[in-house]
Amino acid sequence: MTQIEQDKNAPDTVMSDYNFAYLDEQTKRMIRRAILKSLAIPGYQVPFASREMPMPYGWGTGGVQVSAAVLTPDDTLKVIDQGADDTTNAVSIRRFFEKTAGVAVTEATAEASIIQTRHRIPEAELREDQVLVYQVPIPEPLRFLEPSEVETRKMHELEEYGLMHVKLYEDIAQHGAIATAYAYPVKVEGRYVMDPSPIPKFDNPKLEMAAIQLFGAGREQRIYALPPHTQVVSLDFEDYPFEASKADHPCGLCGAEDSYLDELIVDDEGGRLFMCSDTDYCAARQAVGHRGSDASPTLEGVA
Amino acid sequence: MYVAVKGGERAIDNAHAWLAEERRGDARVRELSVAQIREQMTLAVNRVMAEGSLYDPDLAALAIKQARGDLIEAVFLIRAYRTTLPRFGASRPMDTAAMACDRRVSATFKDAPGGQVLGPTFDYTHRLLDFKLAADGEVPFAPELADAEPSKDTPHIMEFLDREGLMQRDTDGRTPPRDLTREPLELPATRDLRLQALTRGDEGFVLGMAYSTQRGYARNHAFVAELRIGKVAVEMDIPELGFAVEIGEVELTECETVNQFAGSKTEPPQFTRGYGLVFGMSERKAISMALVDRALRWEELGEDNLGAPAQDAEFVLYHADNIQATGFLEHIKLPHYVDFQSELELIRKLRREATADRGAHRAAAE
Repeated sequence: MTQIEQDKNAPDTVMSDYNFAYLDEQTKRMIRRAILKSLAIPGYQVPFASREMPMPYGWGTGGVQVSAAVLTPDDTLKVIDQGADDTTNAVSIRRFFEKTAGVAVTEATAEASIIQTRHRIPEAELREDQVLVYQVPIPEPLRFLEPSEVETRKMHELEEYGLMHVKLYEDIAQHGAIATAYAYPVKVEGRYVMDPSPIPKFDNPKLEMAAIQLFGAGREQRIYALPPHTQVVSLDFEDYPFEASKADHPCGLCGAEDSYLDELIVDDEGGRLFMCSDTDYCAARQAVGHRGSDASPTLEGVA
Repeated sequence: MYVAVKGGERAIDNAHAWLAEERRGDARVRELSVAQIREQMTLAVNRVMAEGSLYDPDLAALAIKQARGDLIEAVFLIRAYRTTLPRFGASRPMDTAAMACDRRVSATFKDAPGGQVLGPTFDYTHRLLDFKLAADGEVPFAPELADAEPSKDTPHIMEFLDREGLMQRDTDGRTPPRDLTREPLELPATRDLRLQALTRGDEGFVLGMAYSTQRGYARNHAFVAELRIGKVAVEMDIPELGFAVEIGEVELTECETVNQFAGSKTEPPQFTRGYGLVFGMSERKAISMALVDRALRWEELGEDNLGAPAQDAEFVLYHADNIQATGFLEHIKLPHYVDFQSELELIRKLRREATADRGAHRAAAE
């Protein structure tokens, strides 16, 4: 039984060589086909043969595969999570592409050609020559109304979205408002109801933009897309129109009134600080002299 | 302090360094070698190979070492490695009748050609902690048959029932099976895909599903017609040569269950089959797989849908994979403060409105 005594794999099983951006070219081709199809049918969820990635499902494997498939050596990559470049998973994904693709990286939204994001759309307006890649946990907007994939695919096929409208109506009947604050469903070009990924509904109006938007769901094996300037309408009712909302404060650091804010608990008494979730936006404003009420160099100003 | 959200890069590096130190444990205790894990933690290695869908005991042992014994983490390491490997081609269908059996038991016949071979099983051990093992690890003598015959083909027990026409005929899979790891899973899934999902599915999940059928959720009363474990040759057609070449051998556990079936409008009463095939010595998994396979066949056999979880192919196939499951489950510990913030605002707004409404009602009542 035990004829092999030496430990033949111990030293040299570490992979030393990756293809550009980790994925092999065959896989990239497969993903690019799915991306092209998704751009041709805006809002439609295209199945693709998602691969296991060296980070867990749920950490952005869909977005990483899409980014890997569209990345070229000349690209400049920005990665954000919760709007920030310095959150741990954004750091980890940015490093992954630095290591496997050797591309330039940036924190400046305007300098990036590809931006991978989780849960936010940058505040600065994006341009035609930019691509925004979303990490998507559950691509199916109808999933929490109907757990079966077989059923929801049929519902999209037949454009049968009554269930969603009933849900929104029941929200209003029960709470007086539509009780969805993020991953707020949208209708794309009057056809497919789409999940914009868990961005706050504050970001929904930005979904109509000049940049290409690609959505990757790794575990659920789906890719969908919004080509530039696609019509994207947040679902609502005439008498209960959609409302993009944010915390009713200016940013404590840069004073911005138009940006989405994080709320931080800053002392034992439960004191709060509101600051831009988009760290690049906030830093850029501070760099040109904007100051919020909590922006004193020491922390004493923090209420 | 709001500076707490900064410094992700350094935190990650330090966390990795600490992790490496923890993995090694007390440096005064000798380090485990990969070979030791491969030889002495064989069943763990087998599980990692089965759920990682990669037959390589050395890499599986390395993964277990690197994962600090967390087998799902080890499966993940193997899967992430496997997906980078080029695909040369497919082997010929493996002939499990030609298996060199280490173990072969049937619960349906007292004896059959090839005999009953217990093999290295826990089945009849008394589960008493062996404190001697803590002191020394000396191996007791395992007797061998003096003039053991060279192993010959062991026919499948099912064949004998088949010859009598008592077994439902499985359709001959002439089309090459599809590959779950290269195509997205789409429903309805054919049996080849279902079996692939089950063989790499989480052992605990498949076990739980199988157990539920035994307890009455789509009960199909399985007998283990045969359970065999052993090595099987892997052969590949080499186009340049024009014949098949043996490229290696793998250890497999195969389980065939024979299940009652009353017959339908088109079929006379006959037995049906559940099938399990798993890398390595993985009996629990193979039996579980066979039971779940049988439960999922209700539609093609014209049985009733009882609404049982094990009959629901979408439910079973979408939730059997522990790498997908653990990833999605654990991702909720990642930052979600943007979404939580939007919920906070919403609930504050709804409460403000509700309180205002109540105030208005009270004022009107007074």
